[in-house]
Amino acid sequence: MFAQSPDQQLFEQVTESFLDTHYPVGRGRELAAAESTFEPGLWRKAAALGWTTLLVPEEAGGGSVNGNGLADLLIVASQFGRRAAPGPLLGTNMLAAALGQWGSTDQRGGPLAELLAGEATGAWAYATTGGPLRTTGHRVTAIRSAGEVALSGAAGCAEGAADAKYLLVAAGELEGNSGRTHYLVPRDAPGLELTTLDGLDLTRRFYDITLRDVTLPEAACVGEPGSADQHDAYLLDLLGVLLLGEIAGAVAHAFEMTCAWAANRYSFGRPLNSYQEIKHRMADLRTAVEAIEAVAARAASAVGTGRPDGPSWVCAGMAYAGRQAPELIQDCIQLHGGIGVTFEHDLHLLLRRVAVDTRLFGTPSEYAQRLGALMAATAGAAS
Amino acid sequence: MTSEMIPVEKFAAQARSWLAEHMPPADPTAGHFFFSDVSAQTDEHGLARIQRCRELQRLLFDGGFAGICVPPEYGGQGLTAAHQFVFNRELRGYDYPLEIQASTFIPCMALLLEFGSEEQKLRHIPAMLRGEEVWAQFLSEPDGGSDAAAAATTAVRDGDRWVLNGSKIWTTGAWYSDWAMCLARTNWDVEKHRGLTIFTVPVRAPGIEIRRIEMSNGAREFCQEFLTDVVVEDRDRLGEVDGGWTIMGRWLHHERTISGGSPYVTSAGGRGDDAAGSIMRLVQLAREQGNLSDPRTLELIGEARALSLVGDALVRSVTGKMRSGALPHHAASMLRLFGGLATARRATIGFELAGAAAAVWPAERKPDDAPPRDSSPVDEGTGVASGAQFAAGYLVRQAACIGGGTTEMARNVIAERLLGMPREARADDGPFRDVRRSPPA
Repeated sequence: MFAQSPDQQLFEQVTESFLDTHYPVGRGRELAAAESTFEPGLWRKAAALGWTTLLVPEEAGGGSVNGNGLADLLIVASQFGRRAAPGPLLGTNMLAAALGQWGSTDQRGGPLAELLAGEATGAWAYATTGGPLRTTGHRVTAIRSAGEVALSGAAGCAEGAADAKYLLVAAGELEGNSGRTHYLVPRDAPGLELTTLDGLDLTRRFYDITLRDVTLPEAACVGEPGSADQHDAYLLDLLGVLLLGEIAGAVAHAFEMTCAWAANRYSFGRPLNSYQEIKHRMADLRTAVEAIEAVAARAASAVGTGRPDGPSWVCAGMAYAGRQAPELIQDCIQLHGGIGVTFEHDLHLLLRRVAVDTRLFGTPSEYAQRLGALMAATAGAAS
Repeated sequence: MTSEMIPVEKFAAQARSWLAEHMPPADPTAGHFFFSDVSAQTDEHGLARIQRCRELQRLLFDGGFAGICVPPEYGGQGLTAAHQFVFNRELRGYDYPLEIQASTFIPCMALLLEFGSEEQKLRHIPAMLRGEEVWAQFLSEPDGGSDAAAAATTAVRDGDRWVLNGSKIWTTGAWYSDWAMCLARTNWDVEKHRGLTIFTVPVRAPGIEIRRIEMSNGAREFCQEFLTDVVVEDRDRLGEVDGGWTIMGRWLHHERTISGGSPYVTSAGGRGDDAAGSIMRLVQLAREQGNLSDPRTLELIGEARALSLVGDALVRSVTGKMRSGALPHHAASMLRLFGGLATARRATIGFELAGAAAAVWPAERKPDDAPPRDSSPVDEGTGVASGAQFAAGYLVRQAACIGGGTTEMARNVIAERLLGMPREARADDGPFRDVRRSPPA
């Protein structure tokens, strides 16, 4: 869907075939009851396909297919979205991006190398249950003493944290006003507890993290002290592009299923898709699918090449797709009739994925507000 | 030849320096031309602006930047769409002949290029590129609605001339145009699509009476024409007799590309009435109201901006896919549908943000007791963020989903042509003479 060059097309084919083999869309139903949906052997194979290296600079062991690794990873994300596939794709890539950009030599040599090889996975403790788009104040505090730092507090909604070896946690110091700092926290650090959350997505597992005097060496700090807010904003843009990719894949699949259904289902002696009401709705859906794909590709291009309008494209995409995509799949369900609201049907798996993707890291309303504020700032600068 | 073509970025650099030296900057105080609240805009203003467009077009022509994709033998530059697109990029911030792009260059010039005789091309295209001929489209009819093929304006052959009778409507700018592309029926005894022929008609020919239509917000941009025994030379016929529908397919296609992607349109993305400008007016409105930190206000402004950015991405993506063949040209209907709905939604957002100020507002001030001018480039001196502007935009909101082919027609094209769904049943496949039509009003 997002492949442009022949190399990207090959990358897309390999990705599709891997996911078709291991995670066809219906697999979500089988995984619904499983405590963990993580399969380490499969993830190592996935890493060998290049899924973990794309947001990491070459000198840190990464590499892209086509120069813009984010645009490459968008291809994988859209294929995940098509199938509502599980797997630590987002968290691991966020951690790899953070360590690749800001990690120390030791962090790159150890943890990052493990993430790139698929031997370890990561989770980014950014979102908070019921929390706002931007966390204000310190949810985790850091107390420094004698070359060590002790973290206490709560972070949350970390996808796949139970299976991850590393967590990226932002913490602020009680004294001074230096801003929050990122820390690389081993999942098995003493004092760290996970609480399993329930949620809409049947195949992804989310956890709240509680830290009680989790003591780490100073070297666990990722990037300059006080840089976490700025780094989170960057990671959020990267993640926004990948969420748009998932959403684009999911709505394209839902639309294709509905097209086939409307062509093959007969009522009153006519195929459903011969009724103008149905045709017009399908035209609206087709246009929205194309628009979501287009803005996702534009966002990947702008953010992936470091352009200053990157955040605007992410906000525009997430504000638009956040409103349109769940409604689009709901309309696909409506066009399917009764079968569309059964557990047996695949549409709810896609709806679940899209609903989570358009809420957890910011609601459409919050993204629209951010974009409005960016416009107001632009107008202010111009006057 | 191709090996000698100037590289796109080198062309862009030339354009940049030429524009800086020759082209006037865009006038930020200029209101928008179409669908505007024209109570303050007289016909003299309108005509002066069209005259200015002709001069600007001549300036482009003399500078070697008119008809960038048009072959040199017809006065163009013989370059590629990519050259036109970078020129459009460089054009931002300059004044340019926005108001004559449609209908003169698309669809009229584009159709002449595709279907015109050598004589017709040589006669009209250089004149269009020099700003000497402004064109209009005699297409819709009072009884026709969206059904362009049901044209009842009749052309009857008389030796090497034709005599036209009937009426056309929704013609943008017929009152200041020189020529028109006119769809007429030349055969009533065959199926409706097979009896149509296209003519090029001088707008001031004897027998053409033009009436201005007043829109619900007071704008008087559209016209209705009454054709009574209008004589047209046979050499002014475009394409084959009764072969007009073949041309219509391209006509409608070119018309749709006004949303973006046409290689024949010189455009910096509009002037006062483009999407970005309309969002800046929303910001200005919110600032005047003191609401710029209100989350709900920011959300609505953000929604308007998101629609314009997504629309921009959609235009670029779909035109790219149509060019590469990944999508058929019918995909342009998605741009029309999205553009219409997004424009209408932005009008609603402005109306909503303006609140009561878009319902009742102070009586118009005379120019000499106008308030002091704000220094912001967004609204300099024009009061564009006033409630009356948003009310006017809201009143004609649906025009965005009607003009240039309704969104319903766009949905039909997407469903039937792009998605391959069954065509609507027809009640008009016999000789056109026998097809039921709207009763006379």
